Amino acid sequence: MSLFFLSALVLPKIAWSAILPELILLAAPLVLLAVSALSARRLPTGVYAGGMGAAGLASLGASVWLWTQVTPHGAGTAVDGAIAVDGFSVLVMILVSSVVVLAALIGEGYLRREGIGGPEYYVLAMFSAAGAMLMASADDLVLIFLGLEIMSIALYVLAGLDARRQGSGEAAMKYFLLGAFSSAIFLYGIALVYGATGSTNLPQIADFLAHNVASSDGLLLAGMALLLVGFFFKIAAVPFHMWTPDVYQGSPTPVTGFMAAVAKAGGFAALLRVFFASFGLLRDDWQPVIWLVAVVTLLVGAVLALVQRDVKRMLAYSSINHAGFILVGLEAATTRGIAASLYYLFVYGFMVVGTFAVVTVIARRGDEAHDLGSYRGLAQRQPFLAAMLALLLLAQAGVPLTTGFLAKLYIISAAVEAHSYALAVIAMVSAAIAAFFYLRVVVLMYAGAKSGVGLPAPLAATGAGEGAGSGELSPVAAYGPGAASAAELEGDRPEASRPDGAGGGEGHGEPDAAGVPATIALAIALCAGFTLLFGIWAQPVVELARQATLLFH
Amino acid sequence: MTAEPFPFLTVIVLLPAIAAVVVAVVQKAPRWVAELASALASLAVLALAVTIAVQFRTHDAGYQMVSRHQWIPGLGISWALGVDGISLFLVVLTAVIFPLAMLGGKVRQRPASFLAWMLFLEAACIASFLSLDLILFFVAFEITLVPAYFLISGWGHERRGYAAIKFFLYTFVGSAFLLVGILALAFIHLHQTGHLTFDIVQLAHTHLSAVTGDLLFWAFTAAFAVKAPLFPLHTWSPDAYGEAPIAGSVVLAAILAKLGTYGIIRFDLTLFPRATVSMAPGILTLAVIGIIYGALVAAKSKDLKRLVAYSSLSHIGFIVLGLFALSAESLSGSVLQMINHGIIVAALFLLIGMIYERRGTWQIPKLRGLQRPAPILAAVFVVVVLAAVGLPGLNGFVGEFLILIGTFVTHRWWGVVAVAGVVLSAVYLLWAYQQVFHGKPDGENEHFHEMRWREGLLMVPLVGLIVFLGIYPKPVLDRIEPTVDALVAHVDAAAHTRHGPHTPCRERSVRCAGPKATTRNLALAPRSGVTPSARAQDSTHRDVIGTAATTGSGVGG
Repeated sequence: MSLFFLSALVLPKIAWSAILPELILLAAPLVLLAVSALSARRLPTGVYAGGMGAAGLASLGASVWLWTQVTPHGAGTAVDGAIAVDGFSVLVMILVSSVVVLAALIGEGYLRREGIGGPEYYVLAMFSAAGAMLMASADDLVLIFLGLEIMSIALYVLAGLDARRQGSGEAAMKYFLLGAFSSAIFLYGIALVYGATGSTNLPQIADFLAHNVASSDGLLLAGMALLLVGFFFKIAAVPFHMWTPDVYQGSPTPVTGFMAAVAKAGGFAALLRVFFASFGLLRDDWQPVIWLVAVVTLLVGAVLALVQRDVKRMLAYSSINHAGFILVGLEAATTRGIAASLYYLFVYGFMVVGTFAVVTVIARRGDEAHDLGSYRGLAQRQPFLAAMLALLLLAQAGVPLTTGFLAKLYIISAAVEAHSYALAVIAMVSAAIAAFFYLRVVVLMYAGAKSGVGLPAPLAATGAGEGAGSGELSPVAAYGPGAASAAELEGDRPEASRPDGAGGGEGHGEPDAAGVPATIALAIALCAGFTLLFGIWAQPVVELARQATLLFH
Repeated sequence: MTAEPFPFLTVIVLLPAIAAVVVAVVQKAPRWVAELASALASLAVLALAVTIAVQFRTHDAGYQMVSRHQWIPGLGISWALGVDGISLFLVVLTAVIFPLAMLGGKVRQRPASFLAWMLFLEAACIASFLSLDLILFFVAFEITLVPAYFLISGWGHERRGYAAIKFFLYTFVGSAFLLVGILALAFIHLHQTGHLTFDIVQLAHTHLSAVTGDLLFWAFTAAFAVKAPLFPLHTWSPDAYGEAPIAGSVVLAAILAKLGTYGIIRFDLTLFPRATVSMAPGILTLAVIGIIYGALVAAKSKDLKRLVAYSSLSHIGFIVLGLFALSAESLSGSVLQMINHGIIVAALFLLIGMIYERRGTWQIPKLRGLQRPAPILAAVFVVVVLAAVGLPGLNGFVGEFLILIGTFVTHRWWGVVAVAGVVLSAVYLLWAYQQVFHGKPDGENEHFHEMRWREGLLMVPLVGLIVFLGIYPKPVLDRIEPTVDALVAHVDAAAHTRHGPHTPCRERSVRCAGPKATTRNLALAPRSGVTPSARAQDSTHRDVIGTAATTGSGVGG
């Protein structure tokens, strides 16, 4: 009997090299888990971070190697047509691998500060990244679902990593419930599409549509709609964005940055591939939907961000606005549009990771100081952080000489080329609205020492108390009721005069980058450097995105 | 000449930018290091600007010293710089004003970062004036916001945060339309010729249907009208000018405002001549309203700085009036007036900065009789005020006179109303001068310190230019006129040839060719850009249509 099964089961030939980056990011966490289980002592968090960083660099190397393979030989498939090996997937792999390296750096500083040991963060982040890569390279709806789940389940747990804070658990629960629901809808969509076209393989679906007139097929349309809902949830497009602010706010800040970059990368990569490559012929059916969702996403994201006082919530809404921009590229449904979306996705990953890295540092021990008030006068206390955050926020606003500007330029040019003038104007106006709240943070950072007139006390009350003994205490703790216990004497003083003694014997008066962990500082500098360097010397990345789209499978 | 001419234009853009980075890096060094570095850099820029002016071929209407390099070929964007009669003196003006502003508007806090932002702003302004690539222009035009924003919010007065954000957002929204407009134009050009470029010389040959041309015109003009500022979009400017530090006010009013008017003449007139002609009456009306409104508010103002801000609105109205009157005289006058206004408003802001430094206030009622303790300062002030009023023999007169003459020829009634603005400017400026300087000094005003020699040195070049350009504007006009004449010819040609079946309003062209309009224009202005007033009335209602269509969705490609 068993022989019969073996002969009947034809295993596909697996081109291991084609999925090398995923394999690295799936194997490394297993190794880390084994090491942590077998070692007698608790290993310092740096060991795991080193492991994750090495794995990220290895998968980055593997992705770059794949790129050199794809460029001359063209796109292809592997593993019996389930995996697409094309410029598109490889570029997303490069992005995700880079984010893994950055997340290792940021996570190390964060976990050390918070005193959270163990390999969980690193292991889950790598699994999640592997899932995102799988989504980007999957050429089959089932495999996309597999990637989606690998990515999401790891993210659900990551969101709840900080067990001490209620918000973290709440975020995890909320994300999990809504995410599971959206996954089910997505799966149902796959089923319907399979019913309508007879395949889950993307090229075969495209093939089927090319040979059959199926545009009025209700089953197919319903399937597409359900798939869209699943994708919209992952990329946080309005009206499926409700989870975003809460989850972004509640999750540990490094996780938020990671989530914003990786979940968006995976979700958008799969969305672009499925709808542009497979359902390209049905664009008349889905374009209006994307148009509408893009408009609402752009505007709701920008407008609701205006009224946030919590920086993480604000950035959550801003990420919704960015998702709207990427949708504009898809709405164009041209090669330029896809290249623009890909470029946007790529550079946005670096911007958002860098931004949340700065937020991580400013939040201080306890990860709670996210009120706008914490940013007041930052430029005097932490010039490096303030300058980097200003740069990253201006880039997100789309100011020239940054990659953020080129991303918007690219998207708008695709929209204009496709004659979506109204969408282009709406997108730019939303960018102008968005500029307001980015600038507000910049103004606060560079504002003088006048302490919080009219500002509610920061949420940081408990955080300030906890952090009193650490080197992370920044003068913001010196106002707000909760700080009184830690810094009684300085309670009324304007915050620019740093309460030296109040930091629990931390006597040095140097307000400079002393409080920034070196690893996080490095990650921030890398992100900001990328944003500025490729904003000026723009050709390489623009060309990368263009080629990636030309090598579309 | 050697084979490869020295890339003056690239150097004059990059030099201040690099200097800005250097100054920003040496922030920790003693104060004089940053000051010396920025002084050297800005003087080198001035020297370069003067060299460019000297090397400039006077009777050449086209772009000179052009340097073109690939920048982002993937998106069709190039580093293309060139100078012509319109941009030449704006660059020189920028190079003159910035060192004076840096010296005259010294700040106490963080001088190094202040100087770095100023140098960066200088680079961005020069790049805007010189760029021939629309995206490069947009980049430079937008990037000016960042240093200007930090200058206002970092070193400004009481409500600086509010003013800075307002300034940024107004311009940013305007730019949103500009960017979409630029891209739309480039893609229309792409469909017609098959290659993607943002080069203004090539894009000028794009065939546009009347409706598309009008819509693109509004998209471009929205950005420039905010920046200039033109009447209903001016509300950011009194706040920004008022709250900025003195050096910021000087460069905002003298240089940055010119980006708007420069954008109109460089892009609207070159790229959309037909739309410019048909939209001219609407814009002219706004310009005239701006002239009168600015003057009236300035007359009511109790605050010297806001008074200058509103007078600036009024004077920018004159410049826009000259641009859209579309005759060679008025256009030359406008270009000249951009320079003149830059010099005058810089001098005014520097002078009232000196008053503020001594008295800590700009409130006119608190100042009195300053002439007695400070006669030299009063004398300089009166020269500058008279130049602003337009006294013959000083530079303000030449520009205003040319603008008004040119406007009378093509758009008489707008000119008539605008003249009232000249009278009003005399009223509010002289009135303010009287209140501040005449009378018997009381209280603190008695001990008002006379102009120091360093401040005097600062005013020497400005007053010198005011007098020189008032008496002998010929060298400047000689270089402006060939370019302006070519531009007027370009607008004329486009306005009188209608291509394609898309011409929307056939009876309009019949009326254009009507004998009345033509003879009158010919009789009055043999070389003027003929804009028949018959068409002017016709297109008033088209403005409304144009505005409505801009807010609507689709554009006929």
